[in-house]
Amino acid sequence: MSSPEETFLLECGELLTSMEDALLQMESSPADSDSINSIFRAAHTIKGTGGVFGFDDVESFTHVVENVLDKVRDNEIDVDSQLIAILLSCRDHIEILVNKAVAGEDINDDDKDIDTDLRSGLNKYLDVPEAVENNLEVAEEKHTVEFESSGSMVISDNWHISLRFDKDVLQNGMDPLSFMRYLKNLGEIVHVTTLYDDFPKLEDFDPELCYLGFEIDFSSEADKEQIEQVFEFVRDMCVLHILPPRAHIAHYSEVIQSLPEDDMRIGEILIASGVLTKRELDEALNKQEKSFQAENENVTPIGEVLVEEKVVHEEVVNAALNKQNTNKIIKSTEQTVLRVDADKLDSLINLVGELVISGATTNMLVNKSGDEQLIESMSSMSRLVEEIRDNALNLRMVQIGETFNRFKRVVRDVSKELGKDIKLNINGADAELDKTVVEKIGDPLMHLIRNSMDHGIESSADRVASGKDIQGNVWLNAYHDSGSIVIEVADDGRGLNRDKILTKAHEKGLISDGQVLTDHEVYRLIFEAGFSTAETVTNLSGRGVGMDVVRRNIEALRGSVDVDSKENEGTTISIRLPLTLAIIDGFLVRVGDSSYVIPLDMVNECIELEEGEQAEPGMHGYINLRDEVLPYLRLRNYFDEPASTTGLESIVVVKYGTNTAGFVVDELLGELQTVIKPMGKILQNVKGISGATILGSGNVAIILDVPNLIVRATQAETSHVINKASDENVLLH
Amino acid sequence: MIKVKKKRTGLCEVELDGELTIYEATDLKNELFKKMEKCKGVTINLSNVSEIDTSCFQILILAKRECDEGGIEFTMNSHSPAVLDVIETFNMGSFFGDPIVL
Repeated sequence: MSSPEETFLLECGELLTSMEDALLQMESSPADSDSINSIFRAAHTIKGTGGVFGFDDVESFTHVVENVLDKVRDNEIDVDSQLIAILLSCRDHIEILVNKAVAGEDINDDDKDIDTDLRSGLNKYLDVPEAVENNLEVAEEKHTVEFESSGSMVISDNWHISLRFDKDVLQNGMDPLSFMRYLKNLGEIVHVTTLYDDFPKLEDFDPELCYLGFEIDFSSEADKEQIEQVFEFVRDMCVLHILPPRAHIAHYSEVIQSLPEDDMRIGEILIASGVLTKRELDEALNKQEKSFQAENENVTPIGEVLVEEKVVHEEVVNAALNKQNTNKIIKSTEQTVLRVDADKLDSLINLVGELVISGATTNMLVNKSGDEQLIESMSSMSRLVEEIRDNALNLRMVQIGETFNRFKRVVRDVSKELGKDIKLNINGADAELDKTVVEKIGDPLMHLIRNSMDHGIESSADRVASGKDIQGNVWLNAYHDSGSIVIEVADDGRGLNRDKILTKAHEKGLISDGQVLTDHEVYRLIFEAGFSTAETVTNLSGRGVGMDVVRRNIEALRGSVDVDSKENEGTTISIRLPLTLAIIDGFLVRVGDSSYVIPLDMVNECIELEEGEQAEPGMHGYINLRDEVLPYLRLRNYFDEPASTTGLESIVVVKYGTNTAGFVVDELLGELQTVIKPMGKILQNVKGISGATILGSGNVAIILDVPNLIVRATQAETSHVINKASDENVLLH
Repeated sequence: MIKVKKKRTGLCEVELDGELTIYEATDLKNELFKKMEKCKGVTINLSNVSEIDTSCFQILILAKRECDEGGIEFTMNSHSPAVLDVIETFNMGSFFGDPIVL
């Protein structure tokens, strides 16, 4: 964000995104004037700024686009899907041009071909034969060249105020000092040069007259009118020039000329105060000289020159005001959205993590001390720490909508390519999740959506044949569910073909002949490596690298992926992801001598077992929970902890997705905030553990990987059933 | 505006105090330059200046310029907050070149 070019790149990115959104919007409602205006604005701004930076390719291409858009805006051109297709390609091309221009690369031949194609495509809409258009363009270019040589802009971001007071200003009871002080209310005075060149000789010096002049650099978000208002009371008693940020050099040159002091002197002041660079000053002075020469040669009446300059002046002022207005708009959005370095956020969250840990330590010590006042104040502090933690984590949360919207374009393009009519439906775009997760979820989602469109949705003919609406649907849904976010990619296509998958799985040796699998288990096979049922490999999908990569990417985010399908009705793939990666609310339990943390979101309930109804010993088993079979896993056996001293046990019922299981523990210790510390390399691959945390006492507690342990508990269920199937033992208490 | 002046070995020590506004400007100019005549150096103590406006500040600038032209050393010291504020607002610190205690 440091250099102007980078800012330009960022702005262009935003503009192009809004242009794309508006184009897609226009496709569905062609008469929407808001969309047309916003597309036009985007193109216009990119053209303008591109020109300022001297990116000729960007400027000249966008210019043609703008011409077409202008006609669209005036209803001279009807919007049809062909036009939108061209404009979308133009948008992509502008993106390429902008990126290359900023990177300083030349456009290659491919880009040139695209350029020519698009231009001729656009020219068709302009009613002008191409040759004429070219001529026009040359004329246009000439014009801009002239404009540029006389109108490059100054780099400075500050207002420049040039102020000369009339001599009698003090006698009228006005003091320049008070205006300078008042000016500070509007912004920051970056630099002042006080000019006393006008001082007469000692004898002629009248103490009651003002001889001072000021050159002020002023950084402010105020507009020109507001700054002018500062000097309202002395408007008749001073010569005031206000130059907006990034004013044209020509305008500076005018001011330099009009000031009483020597041109060079003013120039030096401007350089010293950082308004102008040496090069800019030279340009300004040269221009001045040239205009003098021109005046002499052409013997232009001075009045006319002044009028001319007046016109220029007005234009510049208008341009400046326009710029101010757009600046204002940008500023106001900037105020609602603040760009922050991700590193800063990370380090903040890290610190908050430490705060949570040391808070827990303090809490424990305070509770030990038994001092009631202390306990009370500690509890209110704990609450604050908790809020800080939540807010800090919230900073990283972004809405998933932005990622979703990206797919509108994908769906549009891919459906054109496949010759299918497919609509993307988005639900729950406001669901929030961690920024890093959002970034990493984009590619897997892309795979899934393309898969749905390519394999899921049937061709139009097939859809009609099976009595479905000719338009296929793809849904992108997001919603929160027990501490995770669920993202679903669903389609109303033909659904997964169980037989095809089974055949393929046999071929690949993924299953053996005698194996009996439920539908669900069969469908899950598509996530195995090297699996694709598409009979023809298209360039979109079908190469069999998709689904297992998707699964691995999602598992790397501590998430899980599942699939559900109904023949001829469609397929739904759900991705379940943790909301955050750093801090969780945990439920602390004791097993043997060690403490374990279960993520609180996954805890459904806790059951204390009476002495008489102890779960049978062993690692696995079941209990009857309100007439439901609940498989359980005895953590003591699983983690090989020593036998409990009390002999009492409790069961924590956990739920992940649709699965429920119980963990048998020795003691329930209660809730606590937990900072997840990643496991070292040695322990990284231990199943059933997702991390560790430090307790207030300084001891380490293991955070359980609940999804994994649930699988273990339920898997054991199957093996248990098989093992015990022979003896008719009572499985349920 | 009261102006105290001490003179020894050709050095002129001036002490300005109170309000220095346009009402005092003419007197200030006349008095100051009268005292400064035939001096080899001028020191101005500003510690008791409670207020100073543009007109009187101009006179200080004038005095500095006259002294510089005549090769006379001109220094100001013990700037009061009021004076510092004006020097800062007009960015004239480097013009006077006096050490300023902030």
